[in-house]
Amino acid sequence: MITTIYALAFYFATILLIVGLAYRIYEYATVPAPLNIATTPAPTTVPGVWLRMFREVALFESLFKSNKWTWIFGYMFHVGLALVLIRHLRYFLDPRYVPDLLWTGLELVQPIGKYAGFAMIAGLVGLALRRILVNRVRYISSPSDHLMLLLLIVIGISGMVMQYIDRTDIISLKNFFMSLAYFNLFDWQPLPDSLPLMVHLTLILILMIIFPFSKLLHAPGVFFSPTRNQVDNPREKRRMVAWTRAIESGSGK
Amino acid sequence: MSELDKSELDDGNPDGGVSLPDPLELPEMKPDAMKDLHSFEAAPKHETDLGFPGEQPDDWQDVVINKIGDLRQRYRSFRVYLDSCVKCGACTDKCHYYLGTGDPKNMPVARQDLLRSVYRRYFTLPGKIAPWLVGARDLTEEVLEEWYSYYHQCSQCRRCSVYCPYGIDTAEISMAAREIMDSVGKGQKYCNEIIGKVHAVGNNLGMPGPAIIATMEDFEEELKEDTGIDIKIPVDKKGADILLVTPSADFFAEPHIDGLFGYAKVFHELGVDWTLSTTASEAGNFGMFIGSYENMRKVSLRIREAALELGVKRIVFGECGHAWRVAYAFLNTLAGPWDFLDPAYPVPQHICEFTHDAIRKGKLKFDKSQNDHLTMTFHDSCNVARATRMGDKPGGQFEIPRAVIKAVCNNYYDMDDNTIGEATVCCGGGGGILTDDLMDIRVKGAQPRMRALRKVTEEHGVTNMAAICAICKSQFSKVLPKYDFDMETIMSVHQLVGNALIMSDAPREEDSEPVSDGASGEETASADPAA
Ligand code: HEM
Ligand code: SF4
Ligand code: SF4
Ligand code: SF4
Repeated sequence: MITTIYALAFYFATILLIVGLAYRIYEYATVPAPLNIATTPAPTTVPGVWLRMFREVALFESLFKSNKWTWIFGYMFHVGLALVLIRHLRYFLDPRYVPDLLWTGLELVQPIGKYAGFAMIAGLVGLALRRILVNRVRYISSPSDHLMLLLLIVIGISGMVMQYIDRTDIISLKNFFMSLAYFNLFDWQPLPDSLPLMVHLTLILILMIIFPFSKLLHAPGVFFSPTRNQVDNPREKRRMVAWTRAIESGSGK
Repeated sequence: MSELDKSELDDGNPDGGVSLPDPLELPEMKPDAMKDLHSFEAAPKHETDLGFPGEQPDDWQDVVINKIGDLRQRYRSFRVYLDSCVKCGACTDKCHYYLGTGDPKNMPVARQDLLRSVYRRYFTLPGKIAPWLVGARDLTEEVLEEWYSYYHQCSQCRRCSVYCPYGIDTAEISMAAREIMDSVGKGQKYCNEIIGKVHAVGNNLGMPGPAIIATMEDFEEELKEDTGIDIKIPVDKKGADILLVTPSADFFAEPHIDGLFGYAKVFHELGVDWTLSTTASEAGNFGMFIGSYENMRKVSLRIREAALELGVKRIVFGECGHAWRVAYAFLNTLAGPWDFLDPAYPVPQHICEFTHDAIRKGKLKFDKSQNDHLTMTFHDSCNVARATRMGDKPGGQFEIPRAVIKAVCNNYYDMDDNTIGEATVCCGGGGGILTDDLMDIRVKGAQPRMRALRKVTEEHGVTNMAAICAICKSQFSKVLPKYDFDMETIMSVHQLVGNALIMSDAPREEDSEPVSDGASGEETASADPAA
């Protein structure tokens, strides 16, 4: 019964996450950017813009300029999260279909992934404290902002509990996800019976579902930010989009 | 208060200075301190002149919601920025209006949230289901009033966009908000009246062509008295090579006029054939401040028409920050293509690029000692700093004006690093709030810049500050005295150029003024290439 509920929920959440995110990306990509609004000094070439974007995404460059505390906590959280996610791939991939080299790579990340969990939680706690203690940040926070951090913290802690305190049967867990992946519909391998696992999976489902409707859209959003992704070349290149062209030809409003 | 608050303070401000207040010192938070500041609203005629409704319609809420829906289809910035903010708070201490007032609604993210809360309520699923959870709220009359107050306390300076991890630019939101308010007839008198004047007459001052011609004749006489030579300020001269488009303040008030004299002297010395236009007699484009593409385009097209009509080959813009933003970043889109102009030069060019180029080629000679009574600093105007470029390298907008100043002045010091360059703090009067009814926020918003200036005056004996923006200059003339500076502290860059420029056809005054007396004589050499 429980297994069936989780199985259906995972299908639902996965579809929502993928379709929802794809739709958002489609929206962001199709809304035009009629004017050049790059925040200068900006790169004057396309490779320059890639480099700027890389620095933003991989190093949080602007945040670093802005506030060292938020940068430290935010960076710990995101890098931790990225490593933890990579570590999790093990549970969803079938080694038979993964190139050996990649699998070896994944195995190598495993030990780092362990510490990454701590970094992630520490970063999140730092961010949560900042949100509560710094009056400016408290002022701009809605309940959802606090809850989002809480959600991630509990996801992290429940994961750590399974790793260090109340070890879960990883083999059956993997069998469960494999049976999902191979669409063994209504013939799913049973989920191991574990409270921390229920908590962990439930909150992850929530996270997947809210992703396309929440501020988590910053992840795709950053790539579409015109102040960051535009080339500083307005004198050389005339920018025109459909609605500005319509105005120019006298047919638009 | 908390540990975190204190340590943050340190990290924004590396060296606290001795006893002087740090320019970026955090204020105590005073919620709603500026809530009642409400600039004069546009009269129905100001609205209808620009194509907006004169009265607030009965179904104004629907109109506003539709307008938000419309803008999110038109501007990727608006769309992505409303969705992407994670409330990380990195921008909260970056706005000079927050630093000056302590009103949390002047923190950039809070300013965005005034609109984002409504967007969430009507356009996002969580906002529709659980508004209390995600800070969504209904659109009410109070919300509209709040928009009106706080979106006219933003100078659209983009300082926040530099520091946001996603480059969220509050200026984009405040432009959109003003456009939305205009769509229900709730415009601001200052901006909209001015735009109306440009449409009708050609410049922000509403100065008609004959008055411009007469003024330039007076100016030519003044120049003749000063220099003894016939320096022309041509107007509507057909077939001239260069059309100079400059803020109309340059025709009207100090220190702007001295800047205009500086351009005229440079043009004269180089022997270039240039002209002003009576119909394109304004560089500024307030259409940007109200976020109206149509108005911005209409204002820009005057320049295209004048260029065609006069048959010029190049367009050069005078000293003006927001004008340079529209010119540099938007003009090609709004009024291009410029294929009828000389392709050897960028369109448009900034007067500082023009002068800098001549200096580099050794075509201008200066007597720097003429500026020896001054010790200068330079205020990077935000729109130039964060929305444009000069020259062909990123950052040229910082280097070129400084190189020009250093070529004509011996004494120069920069203000604190975190208040110049891309981190520059606004003068406090930009973005359409340079009006007496907003004097309160103008004075408070100038505080970080005034403190930075105070530091260099104490530490390096700086006497004057140069700027290349008409709004900055006007704003500083007004607020400097409130911070115990002389109002003449603010100068035009080309005023300094004009002071030091050696006019090769000037009458020799060998008895009265010896050019060379000891050390300073050597400065009469050509421009300092290292500057
Ligand atoms: C392209 C990938 C991503 C980039 C560049 C990115 C970047 C950032 C940055 C710069 C911040 C602000 C600093 C901070 O508060 O940590 C932030 C905040 C946040 N990010 Fe991401 N992020 C990415 C992906 C994700 C993903 C996949 C999640 C999913 C769980 C996530 C969750 C969050 C949360 C919850 C916050 C808010 C933290 C707070 O409340 O203070 N991010 N992100
Ligand atoms: S654009 Fe400038 S004035 Fe407006 S919120 Fe940002 S920092 Fe403040
Ligand atoms: S810095 Fe950007 S993401 Fe962070 S609170 Fe400000 S606007 Fe939002
Ligand atoms: S007036 Fe000057 S300092 Fe102020 S926003 Fe404009 S350019 Fe910036």
